[in-house]
Amino acid sequence: MSAVSARDIVKKFGEVPAVNGISLTVPDGEFMVLLGPSGCGKTTFLRIICGLEQQTSGDLLIGGTVVNDMPPRARGVAMMFQSYGLYPHYTVRNNIAFPLKTQRMARDKIDRQVSWASQLLGIGHLLDRRPRQLSGGERQRVALARALVREPTALLLDEPLSNLDAKLRTSARQEIKNFQQRVGLTTIYVTHDQVEAMGMGDRIAVIDHGKIRQVGTPTEIYNDPADLFVATFVGAPPMNIVSHNGGSYLGFRPENFLPKEMIDDGAATEFSFRIDRSEYLGSERIVYGVVEGFESKQLITAKLPPAHVAEKSIRPGEWHPFAVKNSELRRFDHDGKRVKAH
Amino acid sequence: MAVIAEPIAIKPVSRFRFILDRREVLETILVAPAILYVLLLVGLPLLLAIYYSLSAYTIYDPTWKFVGLTNFEQIVDNPTFIQTLTNTFIFTFGSQLLGLVLGKFGAFVLLRPFAGRKIVRALIILPFAVPVALATIAWRWLFDSLYSVINWTLIALGLMERADVPNWLGTPWLAMLCIVIINAWRFFPFAIVIFLAGITAVPQDIIDAATVDGAGFWRRNYQIIMPMILPIVAIGLIFGIVFTFTDLSIVFLLTNGGPVGATSVLGFAGFQTGIVSGDVSHGAAISLFMLPVLLVVVVLMLRFIRRREI
Repeated sequence: MSAVSARDIVKKFGEVPAVNGISLTVPDGEFMVLLGPSGCGKTTFLRIICGLEQQTSGDLLIGGTVVNDMPPRARGVAMMFQSYGLYPHYTVRNNIAFPLKTQRMARDKIDRQVSWASQLLGIGHLLDRRPRQLSGGERQRVALARALVREPTALLLDEPLSNLDAKLRTSARQEIKNFQQRVGLTTIYVTHDQVEAMGMGDRIAVIDHGKIRQVGTPTEIYNDPADLFVATFVGAPPMNIVSHNGGSYLGFRPENFLPKEMIDDGAATEFSFRIDRSEYLGSERIVYGVVEGFESKQLITAKLPPAHVAEKSIRPGEWHPFAVKNSELRRFDHDGKRVKAH
Repeated sequence: MAVIAEPIAIKPVSRFRFILDRREVLETILVAPAILYVLLLVGLPLLLAIYYSLSAYTIYDPTWKFVGLTNFEQIVDNPTFIQTLTNTFIFTFGSQLLGLVLGKFGAFVLLRPFAGRKIVRALIILPFAVPVALATIAWRWLFDSLYSVINWTLIALGLMERADVPNWLGTPWLAMLCIVIINAWRFFPFAIVIFLAGITAVPQDIIDAATVDGAGFWRRNYQIIMPMILPIVAIGLIFGIVFTFTDLSIVFLLTNGGPVGATSVLGFAGFQTGIVSGDVSHGAAISLFMLPVLLVVVVLMLRFIRRREI
């Protein structure tokens, strides 16, 4: 059974479509990531799922029921907000209990649920504090506990890590993922950060201009991008895109663009690469330059293993023969759509 | 070899050269004017009032003759004064309550987008901006015993007979109601501004979170928004209470304390006794009755605010 299912959802603000026909099915227990640049409509879509916005057209199903005309409280989904939205005048205990109180649950049952949720997230010792007395990571756990306490059909997360510092973000990412797997809760996670998307998602939906460009596992998204947008949005540095005589496009990942002598076997395509600049990042060396005979909007990048390429062998201004295995080349037609057949 | 440290030549610097960079010195200099004028404009008149209230000073006999608390005893023994004190409380808290209710209602209306909202927002500030004398004269017209616009409207609509219309300013409790309404009318734009500022300062994420958590309109209002804006509203209320408790303008212009003292308030009574009748010592003593009440209100409110912030 699918937990959340959207059919051709459109949302217009005045004449401007923020969501322009999204259809997406999230099976029970899946961790689905909505990935896209800011302003692509992913947060609006999330707000439509939880009922904070009403779609202009299209159907939304939660747990098999059409919820188009249901208010947020009747939909059985929980949402965690970017800034957590904790109630500053309530203690942690009352924050977590709030969604249960709105359901007029019995007092002793509320107590049981609150202690269950707080144990689950390891915040049992914080129950009598107020949000302002908590650190960023603790606030996040309280917000998560408040979202989980009423055992929702689906959990919606709107950029939950963007308020944490870089170090905390890595551990929080791990924590949310572990936790989601343990509880087996259907989760829809909105982010603009491809590292979060790749690291956490069972599947990723890449969204741009209110439309889904591709839905797939992280491997599919990375290795088989459906179009130029997905190819260049996912991956750091992004996929190199070159065109020949203004016709179709050829794409290859920087880590597959190597000096010719490093490609030992199989069919490969050769390029003459002029090095402009090189950056040493410890575990890798990023080399920027241009290839002869092809046009490209960006500089072409190559990601080289420093252990195999000595610093002196590649210097700015020099031309070198580089190559990409044919199996690693991706072709796109002049509209940017992927061409699969060779 | 790299040189890590060189011996430093020590030059003597005057201790006063950077004196303005020292925090405590600069603080004192910058705060001094404020303290000075508070002392001159608030402290001095207060001491003067206390001095008058303990003496037998009148404008006919301006001598310093210490009489202790006699003035206060005489005032408290006077039943008219007790009524004045009661009136002051009814006037203050009645008009503040009415103003807050109108203010909250108005704020909610003005939060919703509608055509002409900006114009309405600007117009609603008017009662606050109109000089109290002009506004009160307009109200006096509305409440006049013969020409009352309200009464003639009631008669014209057939809701009342000409013989039964209320004598607004001639009936004690109606006169009190009139000054409460006028003061609430003056106060409610201020209350609207306070509520608008408070409500718009509540982060949208918190309101959205409450909505998703299952809270409807009333629960969002009374369990989330109101508790969060309470400190701001409390500050507004302190100002309202302090200004109203000490006010005499509406009473002076509309009812002159009448009928039979039904609308006499502390500020008005102090003015009548101390300035109009020239009995400065009793006037000062009446006015000083405001001091403990205002102190209690301010301390209570500030404690309340501090508790909410923790």
